Amino acid sequence: MLEFKMPSLGADMEAGTLCEWLVKPGDKVKRGDIIATVDTQKGLIDIEVFDEGTIGELVIKPDEKVPVGTIMALIVPDKEPTVKKEEKAPVKKAEKKEEEKPTGEIPVTVILQGIKASPLAKRMATEKGIDLTTLKGSGEGGAITKADVENAIIEKMAPKEEKKVAAAESIRMAVAAAMSKSNREIPHYYLETKVDMSKALAWLSEANKQRSVKQRLLPVVLLLKAVAKALTEVPDLNGYWENGLHKKPDINIGFVISLRAGGVMIPAIHNIDKKTIDELMVSLNDIIPRARAMKLRSSELSESTITVTSLGENNAETVYGLIYPPQVAIVGFGSITEQPWAETGMLDVRPVLTATLSADHRATDGATGSRFLMAMKDYLQKPAEL
Amino acid sequence: MILTNWPGNNKTALCITLAVFKKMTDNNTIKLTYREAIKQAIREALQKDDRVFLMGEDVGRYGGAFAATKGLLQEFGPERIMDTPLSESGFVGAGIGAALGGMRPIVEVMTVNFSLLAMDQVVNNAATLLHMSGGQLNVPLVIRMSCGIGRQLAAQHSHSWEPLYAHIAGLKVLSAGTHEDARGMLLTALQDPDPVIIFEYNFLLNKEAEIPANAGAVNITKAKIRREGKDISIITYGAGVYKALDAAKELSILGIDAEVIDLRVLRPLDAATIFNSVKKTHRALLVEEAWSSVNVSSEISARITENIFYDLDAPVQRLGGVEVPVPYPKHLEDASVPQQTDIINKVKKMLQHA
Repeated sequence: MLEFKMPSLGADMEAGTLCEWLVKPGDKVKRGDIIATVDTQKGLIDIEVFDEGTIGELVIKPDEKVPVGTIMALIVPDKEPTVKKEEKAPVKKAEKKEEEKPTGEIPVTVILQGIKASPLAKRMATEKGIDLTTLKGSGEGGAITKADVENAIIEKMAPKEEKKVAAAESIRMAVAAAMSKSNREIPHYYLETKVDMSKALAWLSEANKQRSVKQRLLPVVLLLKAVAKALTEVPDLNGYWENGLHKKPDINIGFVISLRAGGVMIPAIHNIDKKTIDELMVSLNDIIPRARAMKLRSSELSESTITVTSLGENNAETVYGLIYPPQVAIVGFGSITEQPWAETGMLDVRPVLTATLSADHRATDGATGSRFLMAMKDYLQKPAEL
Repeated sequence: MILTNWPGNNKTALCITLAVFKKMTDNNTIKLTYREAIKQAIREALQKDDRVFLMGEDVGRYGGAFAATKGLLQEFGPERIMDTPLSESGFVGAGIGAALGGMRPIVEVMTVNFSLLAMDQVVNNAATLLHMSGGQLNVPLVIRMSCGIGRQLAAQHSHSWEPLYAHIAGLKVLSAGTHEDARGMLLTALQDPDPVIIFEYNFLLNKEAEIPANAGAVNITKAKIRREGKDISIITYGAGVYKALDAAKELSILGIDAEVIDLRVLRPLDAATIFNSVKKTHRALLVEEAWSSVNVSSEISARITENIFYDLDAPVQRLGGVEVPVPYPKHLEDASVPQQTDIINKVKKMLQHA
């Protein structure tokens, strides 16, 4: 029997509310199937399954709010236990997936240890399955007391009538939590470089002449592609920091999308280094509207290995990002503006992009970061190779 | 060593005291002062058992430094009410000898600070003889001493040495924080085959309260819940008991239901009563007049944490004496120990009461 657990969709996620099961016991599922929708601070998320088999039991019911890591359903594996060897590969993959989402249970425990709650409150919360990190303490010095846990139990028991927090507000809180953690725990270092974009933009306008309006490329695809290529050369920036640097084999770039109502969503665009420019543009066209509508898949919210924030046209020229934990780097692109450019003793006016890197000094040093920025800059001078 | 100008020595005041406080009240209770309760206890003990006698400084002809034994010399004669020289080590030692010889002595040490002079007798003889003799020699001695502050007796006569005695293995240490216990503890203590120390409280002497008309011997092994409550356990003894009860009364107006535990027995501590109360209320405030460092509350706090940590909903808190020699001026003296308002404020803070 395989356990299907509430996934963590980012370092800031502590719990999710099941909205709907899209499967019933007896249904066959395979890797990648969407089997449930879950309401999180980031809106309704489609949850994928990573195992193959038949749904055995749906453990939690719609409208139940459960902490990350809670068993939601049991899945009976397809194959007989005796043939398990053949199945080893997918199982391994599933395990690996879990490794990639360490944002789930580990941080929760860490927070629990440091949380200010009375011994009695902690005991009661454990017994009743209340997540103390979701409670606000009313005791002396903000400590969580028996009364706070009792209120939480009542709330848990009460029929779910609770007014839904406006999506914008809830995203604000999610961003606040993640960024506070980042600023509190990650010793950032910052690097900056200016990139002459004349070659890249010239190549782009030529390329777009051969494409229909729908297929036209935006400068950002070149930037994302250049980041991905540079990461293959400097893989230390692509990974997580969890008591040590864990480099990730896949390059899944989390792309910051700012929401009109405030807040940001950071969907992951998978394997950018392996996508062509056109495939990447298709991905972007697909994911940006879905992110704005808050209709993302769980893998898109949980699997990014580095973040890129790009301000786009007519915006500030420089942006220094805060790393999205547990990642170790964020790349920032400002607006491309015309600026005086000195080269080979001559002064010219060129379209210039300011690229920044904020990186985790626990994981890497400035030399690594600088190598990355220079590699990226180099790729942007050879757009045809991207 | 004799305290002159002590208000209790005033004959007029005493006569009024006796006349007023002996009167019977309704429901078979009597209203009496703490001083009168002590005297009744001694008188009853002397009447009941020929082996009982009282000795100490000024207990006879003078009637007691605090007038608690006034008239007993006339009633029982000089063999049973013995004035002693000003030599604590000597007469406490004599008391131990008398106890070993089959008597049931009550030794009065005028104030607790003088008992330091007899500490060697108490610690090395009274408390250890049973052990040193391989269980052959019991020392059925009762030592009464007045203590505490509140009567402007200044730094040398205002000690709260309860923690000091509660530290000594081999002793039973009682604290008479109420009239009921002032009336009853002595009688039970005299039944005990081993040495018992009873602390009495100066500032309560003139305080009157109602106790059952037939009040007598009381249990001396258990703490007592003086007031039941569910929100917090105020654990105290001696001088703290009435203050805590008054505080609890005022807190109830604010909707806070405080339980008040009178420890009564400081050695050996009745941990079960404490634990049961704190398991119910999940909060404990420990109140006493002794200096805060290494006092009885320290011990109770440690035991609560060791045994029922997971029942606590707030850190255990203590209110103790300010760690200075007790001041003489009234306002400073008052400020040097926890008062009713201190207890109220502390409880409100612990309960985050707006």
